Amino acid sequence: MHNPYLPYPVRIESVVTESEDRNQKTFKLVFLNPEDEARFRYMPGQFAELSVAGQGEIPIGIASSPTEKGFIMFTVNKVGKVSSHLHNMQEGDIMGVRGPLGNWYPWDTLEGKNVVIIGGGFAFTTLRSSIVYMLDPENRSKYGNIDVVYGARMPGLLLYKEELAAWEQRDDINMHITVDGTTDPNWKYNVGFVPTVTKEKAPSADNAYAIICGPPIMIKFTLPVLTELGFPPDRIISSLEMRMKCGIGICGRCNIGTEYVCKDGPVFTLEKLATLPNEY
Amino acid sequence: MQAYTQKIREAARRLLSEKKVDVVIGFRKGTIPFMNEPFLARNAEQAAQLYWDGNCGINLANYVTKRTDRVAVVAKGCDTRNLVTHILENQIPRENLYILGVPCKGMLDKRRIAAELNGREANDVEESDGKVLVKGRGVELTLDRGEYLQDNCSICIHRNPVLYDELVGELVEEQTNVDRYADVRRVEAMDPGERWQYFEDLISTCVRCYACRNACPACYCPTCFVDESRPQWVGKTIDPTDTRTFHFLRAYHLAGRCTDCGSCERACPMGIKVRQFTKKLEKDVKELFGYEAGLSLDQRPALDAFQPDDPQAFIK
Amino acid sequence: MSEIYIAREKLPGIVEQWMGRYRLFGPVFQGQYHEFEQVKQPGAVDLDFVNTKLSPKGLFHPQAEKMFEFTLDKQNPEAGILKEIPRDYSERVILGIRPCDARAFVLDDVNFNTNDIKDPWWVRRRECSTLVGLACNDPCSTCFCTSVGGGPFDTAGLDVLLVDVGDGFVAQAVTPKGEDLLAGIQGDPMPGEAPQKIEDLKKAAEASLGKAFQVESFTQKNMLDLFSDPLWEEVQFSCINCGTCTFVCPTCWCFDIQDEVSEDKGARMRLWDACMFPLFTYHGSGHNPRGQKLQRVRQRFMHKLKYYPDKYGNGVACVGCGRCVKACPVNIDIRQVARLMSDGCVCPA
Repeated sequence: MHNPYLPYPVRIESVVTESEDRNQKTFKLVFLNPEDEARFRYMPGQFAELSVAGQGEIPIGIASSPTEKGFIMFTVNKVGKVSSHLHNMQEGDIMGVRGPLGNWYPWDTLEGKNVVIIGGGFAFTTLRSSIVYMLDPENRSKYGNIDVVYGARMPGLLLYKEELAAWEQRDDINMHITVDGTTDPNWKYNVGFVPTVTKEKAPSADNAYAIICGPPIMIKFTLPVLTELGFPPDRIISSLEMRMKCGIGICGRCNIGTEYVCKDGPVFTLEKLATLPNEY
Repeated sequence: MQAYTQKIREAARRLLSEKKVDVVIGFRKGTIPFMNEPFLARNAEQAAQLYWDGNCGINLANYVTKRTDRVAVVAKGCDTRNLVTHILENQIPRENLYILGVPCKGMLDKRRIAAELNGREANDVEESDGKVLVKGRGVELTLDRGEYLQDNCSICIHRNPVLYDELVGELVEEQTNVDRYADVRRVEAMDPGERWQYFEDLISTCVRCYACRNACPACYCPTCFVDESRPQWVGKTIDPTDTRTFHFLRAYHLAGRCTDCGSCERACPMGIKVRQFTKKLEKDVKELFGYEAGLSLDQRPALDAFQPDDPQAFIK
Repeated sequence: MSEIYIAREKLPGIVEQWMGRYRLFGPVFQGQYHEFEQVKQPGAVDLDFVNTKLSPKGLFHPQAEKMFEFTLDKQNPEAGILKEIPRDYSERVILGIRPCDARAFVLDDVNFNTNDIKDPWWVRRRECSTLVGLACNDPCSTCFCTSVGGGPFDTAGLDVLLVDVGDGFVAQAVTPKGEDLLAGIQGDPMPGEAPQKIEDLKKAAEASLGKAFQVESFTQKNMLDLFSDPLWEEVQFSCINCGTCTFVCPTCWCFDIQDEVSEDKGARMRLWDACMFPLFTYHGSGHNPRGQKLQRVRQRFMHKLKYYPDKYGNGVACVGCGRCVKACPVNIDIRQVARLMSDGCVCPA
């Protein structure tokens, strides 16, 4: 019987410090056993439990896209015991990955639709996965316009800066990068909060879905903007965070009413969330 | 007991309708024999649910911690000592408290009575004139109340409230001829190996539910040491090392603060005599510092203030 | 299904016979109360008991168990890689389990054993166990199995049901596994009055239980209405947020996963956890969706009595064993909570 609690052993291939405050690091992981990589078939929006023997596990959104082969990638914010330990680990170290876990953004439904991606701070990981996935030559034709509003407090806190710059150059994706504020005279993108920039850029709600991930305060103020733009609740999709342990809907802690965020989520439409207790 | 209940209800009704307090914390009658439930009365009408009998062993000082409204609390002798401790430790200001003092005749030990019933079930219990009348299917027992008190109550010498705004009955005579530390001396007399085994056996059935900790008014740390994760001081398993660490440290945190109210022991679902730990420390603090917790608002607790004449024999 | 009669004095012999073929678990008196444990002496099984203090869930989901082991010794090429541990899944018999507790396993199965995800330890332990139940002739006043879909003679989850008919036990096979177990036993002649006796005992036991509340009267209510009802303010006051109710409960399955390390050896542990503890839902960021006592108390009762039935369509996640009613240090009574959920409460503004 397959043991869903047993992590696949992986080797850390590279560690990149993403943000100026050094609180975000991106880990590229390579499976020790090729057959494990074959089993780890995922879709953008899913997460995995990163396992460090002796420290424990943490649920982290998968930042790589299934179109990127040979590795999986996670950007980890340093908050607790496991993530702090992980931040001190080096290339070549052995750890574990368990997953993929949870549901994903509704890629089938999104086919033939325009997609508006709104992200804030370090909650851009599964959004990066989604963008890379949609921009893949195999996939790009399946989706209409892609608009991305991505904000951070300051330029140094944006993740994946080189990729952002590259996407800025493309004409098959509309990037709206913004920061709350900056003293950098060479900053050539937007300045302003994500809700304001979303309102300004006003991506059309016609035939469109919005995917929004970020700090609660950003989501709180962006949702009314999306509603104003004409996005109905069943076309606003978000991904939730919860304290998790098992990641497979068994250990009981991450529920919101009847739904386990780890298994029934983490991706929910606003329409679904409105039917659940406001306890997250 | 009927008289106490009437007095408590009258006082609560008066205090609430005259808006002297915002809430009254007391007990209401339980849904099963030998149990009552801590209860918050918010208006004069609800005061009618307040109740008192020999099954009010849970310490209500536990329910006033950090409250910011004006609270009347029904309090036995031990409860009032914990209220004093609370005031000294800044858990509630005296002016927010209205203490309805209950001169206490001791609380019933449900386990001791259950043992007497020997598997049969009590449906109805009455207390009167120093007797407890227990009725159930195929059983009717009349017990001498004094013989079926919680262990801490049978050796209690502070049955009367030490601090109160009004009393719900005449002060009771304090017990004088009690040996408060017989249990402790019995354990002290053991050799170290025997003593270790005694404590190992004592806590062997502990399930780490923390009922003892959570029933204790003196356990109010925002994050208990057992819940700390960075660093994690105690493992979460039921390995004897972890269980031991929990019980030992909990007891030490209560040194000079425990009033021997017995809430911990009463709360334990497994019937573990957790007072065996706290009682020893209570005795030590009394012997070393001449201090008994919660008797006076004018004296700092022994272990939170240095006195030049504190014993220093431990410095070697 | 077959049925055999076992004279009372023959039972220890049968226990001994089973002990030769199976690992045998049963209620053993521990000085103050009974608990389920592996039986070493046939005479230690004591079927003259009301119920155990802790539920038998620990036989399938132990309070603390090693999930995996690992080494942190850098010299070892396997350092940091978690390894499965050999476990004993040899056949075992659990004797004397009460119908309520057996039913709890059926309710818990939907959590541990789903179509797509299977908890291997739970599933394997369920597979290797034959459950021999003991009907409740004399339920106690805190029992309410008949109010939550069970019954004192209910066979859900059991392989064999034993009924104590006075001088002996009637053993009824419920499943093929139960048939197998009984096939190896030499029964005694069935007394002629036994079938009628069983009927009478069952009726009397059911009659003594009555209905504590109507499940439908709250399961049919709207989830958000129940969630925001003022009744929780009333229910939560006395709660001291210990884990007693969850630890004694046969259907509380929640657990924590923690790594333990000693020198360079370690284990990933699975440990009972409780929704009553603030840490249960505490985020690394400091945010806690159930940081208030009210939220935690509501979670426990809503999970059992509303979320579970809504999610699985399988009835409420309570079997009416009454352990929490007896064990709660402050007399929070789930029957009372269920009635408040049914009727609403005359709650303070």
